[in-house]
Amino acid sequence: MEFFKIRRTIPFMRHALVFNVISLITFLAAVGFLIGKGLNLSIEFTGGTLIEVAYQQSAHVDQIRQTLDKAGYKAEVQNFGSSRDVLIRMHLEKNQSSADLSQKVMGVLHEQDKSAELRRVEFVGPQIGSELVEYGALALLVTAVGIVLYLWMRFEWRFGLSGIIANLHDVVIILGFFALFQWEFSLPVLAAVLAVLGYSVNESVVVFDRVRENFRKMRKASTPEVIDSAITGVISRTIITHLCTQMMVTTMLLFGGPALHYFALALTIGICFGIYSSVLVASPLLMWLGVRREQFAIPTKRKTSGPRDEHEGAVV
Amino acid sequence: MNRYPTWGYVAIAVAIVIAFLYTLPNFFGESPAVQVSSAKATVKLDGAAMKRVEDALAKANVPFTGAALEANTLRFRFADTDTQLKAKDLIHTTLNPGASPTATPEEDANVNFVVALNLVPASPGWLAAIHAMPMYLGLDLRGGVHFLLQVDMQAAITKRLESLAGDIRSQLRDKSIRHGGVTREGQTLRVRFRDAAQRDQARNLLLSNLPDLAYAEREDGQDLLIVATLKPESVKRTQEYALKQNITTLHNRINELGVAEPVIQQQGAERIVIQLPGVQDVTRAKRLIGRTASLEIRMVAEEHMNPEALGNARNGQVPFGTEYYVERNGQALLVRRQVVLTGDRLTDAQPGFDNQTNEPAVHLRLDGQGARIFQEVTRENVNKRMAILLIEKGKGEVITAPVIRSEIPGGRVQISGRMTTTEANDVALLLRAGSLAAPMEIIEERTVGPSLGRDNIEKGFNATKWGFVAIVLFMSVYYVLFGLISSVALAVNLLLLVALLSMLQATLTLPGIAAIALTLGMAIDANVLINERIREELRGGATPQAAIHAGYERAWATILDSNVTTFIVGISLLMVPGAVRGFAVVHCLGIMTSMFSAVVVSRAIVNLVYGHRRRVAHLSIGDTAWK
Repeated sequence: MEFFKIRRTIPFMRHALVFNVISLITFLAAVGFLIGKGLNLSIEFTGGTLIEVAYQQSAHVDQIRQTLDKAGYKAEVQNFGSSRDVLIRMHLEKNQSSADLSQKVMGVLHEQDKSAELRRVEFVGPQIGSELVEYGALALLVTAVGIVLYLWMRFEWRFGLSGIIANLHDVVIILGFFALFQWEFSLPVLAAVLAVLGYSVNESVVVFDRVRENFRKMRKASTPEVIDSAITGVISRTIITHLCTQMMVTTMLLFGGPALHYFALALTIGICFGIYSSVLVASPLLMWLGVRREQFAIPTKRKTSGPRDEHEGAVV
Repeated sequence: MNRYPTWGYVAIAVAIVIAFLYTLPNFFGESPAVQVSSAKATVKLDGAAMKRVEDALAKANVPFTGAALEANTLRFRFADTDTQLKAKDLIHTTLNPGASPTATPEEDANVNFVVALNLVPASPGWLAAIHAMPMYLGLDLRGGVHFLLQVDMQAAITKRLESLAGDIRSQLRDKSIRHGGVTREGQTLRVRFRDAAQRDQARNLLLSNLPDLAYAEREDGQDLLIVATLKPESVKRTQEYALKQNITTLHNRINELGVAEPVIQQQGAERIVIQLPGVQDVTRAKRLIGRTASLEIRMVAEEHMNPEALGNARNGQVPFGTEYYVERNGQALLVRRQVVLTGDRLTDAQPGFDNQTNEPAVHLRLDGQGARIFQEVTRENVNKRMAILLIEKGKGEVITAPVIRSEIPGGRVQISGRMTTTEANDVALLLRAGSLAAPMEIIEERTVGPSLGRDNIEKGFNATKWGFVAIVLFMSVYYVLFGLISSVALAVNLLLLVALLSMLQATLTLPGIAAIALTLGMAIDANVLINERIREELRGGATPQAAIHAGYERAWATILDSNVTTFIVGISLLMVPGAVRGFAVVHCLGIMTSMFSAVVVSRAIVNLVYGHRRRVAHLSIGDTAWK
């Protein structure tokens, strides 16, 4: 079986500007959502208490909310996964003692409905939350710097720079989605976002590898031609690989339950935009940054001694 | 061209066999067990205790499937949970004669052994002998409680300074150096003197005898001062000590709780992680962990015990060097700040009853130095009142403030004063389980119910399983034999990863399972790269053997590069604590195993299939005939 019987080189670079304008618009929109709406950070980052309760029958979210309200607790109540599971989210309050909050809330819920079963409690103090934000930002920074340095070392600084710009733009777009739909941004989502960063860079590397190889092979071709042929050469692999990874991620979306839902969602968005950006954004950037054959000079094997080539011009 | 030397195949086979062995325990599941550990430092578990239990079980006709004694814990395995429950009660009464059948050590002093229900790996003995154990499941998969505690280091230092202030006083008293009082102001100690000679003398004495402090001289009006601050290294030592002491104390308290496999670990410079697998009664766990009670014995400031001073004190004007308390019977007290004795000097505390009044009481026993100090203080203060304070979360409470009738030798002290039996039990437990060197605060708590844990395992497993099946199907259809070989390589990858996780006993969490799935999804990339490259070479007119060779050869550089960048991400994720770290560990290990399986193992299979044929006309890798 073969999906991609591509017989001619596809002139991707002719449309480079279009691709970059599209991605710039998406990027700006994502930044706009991030600034305008902000991320819906989970209590792991903001601090607070989260209680998951399972009922025998469908739970009445409104009733639970009222009961808690009456008992004096400010809480967000919503269904989680199924109609019988309820997630109660409470932010840190100055005068609320946090240590035994979960027990008190469970007590109140038990009075309302005996079948309430405590599934999970998470309490995060304020200091932990702000630390996590720091660690998360630090991890992102270390990743970005590490990748640029590695690509610089293995290829050239232009590769490192265009690779990281293209892929950080993926990260921003994922975050933009989370801001737009106000999906909960939790620690697993952070892990997914960074994993996507690595995955997309991995994608760019495959293209870059081919670009380098083609520069050495296609001695007469111009830079856009070299890049075009590199992308055409790997496009089949790119799509098949992403398809396989997406199959795994889709089963996570389907079977992974609510705990893995946003994790898988972040990966899905990342994988879709990863194809686009790592191939169609990174390569034009590379071109504009001025990548040239001479930068990978494997010195041509020119014999310095021995008989002169008879086709060589006359020497005066 | 496409052959590995024989030792190459053998090495790969050996690696797979070892991985298989270490993966095996995960399939056996766990069997119910009863775990016995000693509740007191003085009581040791030995073969005799084991024999007693074995006899009792045999006599009561309760069959057990295995017994093991290691590192002061005794484990008995049973076929099912009914037998396990029956056996638990039986073992409890056998080992703790005289205690009520359901009592825990915190309730009953006769309980010498903690008997707890537990699950132990059900893998056969020979697997245990090669240290093959199932993966260590995190709390989100097995259910239980997780706490992160922050130790209040400021309080630890304050406490240390208070105790040093006491040392300065006794040093100066011993050498008869007159001074105008030792006070703590913030994080400094101030000693006042009238004349320079006394101060110099004191300074020399303190410099040689109390090297933890740095001393400076200052003048304050008429008074000459020595200002002492803790040296940076002793600050550090105090903090380290506070953390260690708190961990020890928590160990003692949690032992009394009877949890099967508690984890109590230091995290960072001032935090402690507690994990109690299987514990559902959070309230009780928290009551024990969260209570930061310590005992202090101080003198009542008799000179201020008049209605006027007490009235002022009630309105907030407390005389210098004293604190205002209300005793349990409602009587107001002014107690000196100066501490005579702290809970550190306790060796034992037991609940009981007062001999005369029959009131609930706590009987304390002090260590040698504590007994000496107590005797000295009681001798010097006959007919004065002494306050016994329980300090909880920085707030003190006077339990009782008895009048000292006579000198009390021997270090045996009894505290009683309108306590209920439960209170006496609680106080005794808290005091016995050791005092905390510094108060702690719960800054993170996670409780996962057992049903959620099971759900998480099931969901994570299902997602991985179906994803894996989908990839195998797709690869086999698209790349035919080469796809099948890639799938086998992917299965080997999974095997190696699970084996590594089992060997390292790294904690597997739900994000960890997600990482396994994602790693598999990403690992197939290497094989896709190789297979595409081989197809390309074939299209380019290479012979099958040459195409295999060139395909693997050329793809390798790309695979290495792309895996290194992914690895960089994995490493930086390791820095983020919590759920992300569980993901990162598996992710990093998965990248390493995938490089091996996707390149080396799949190549070995390809070599076995094609490499030893003399003529290969066609590779089963799908459609390459188009041009």
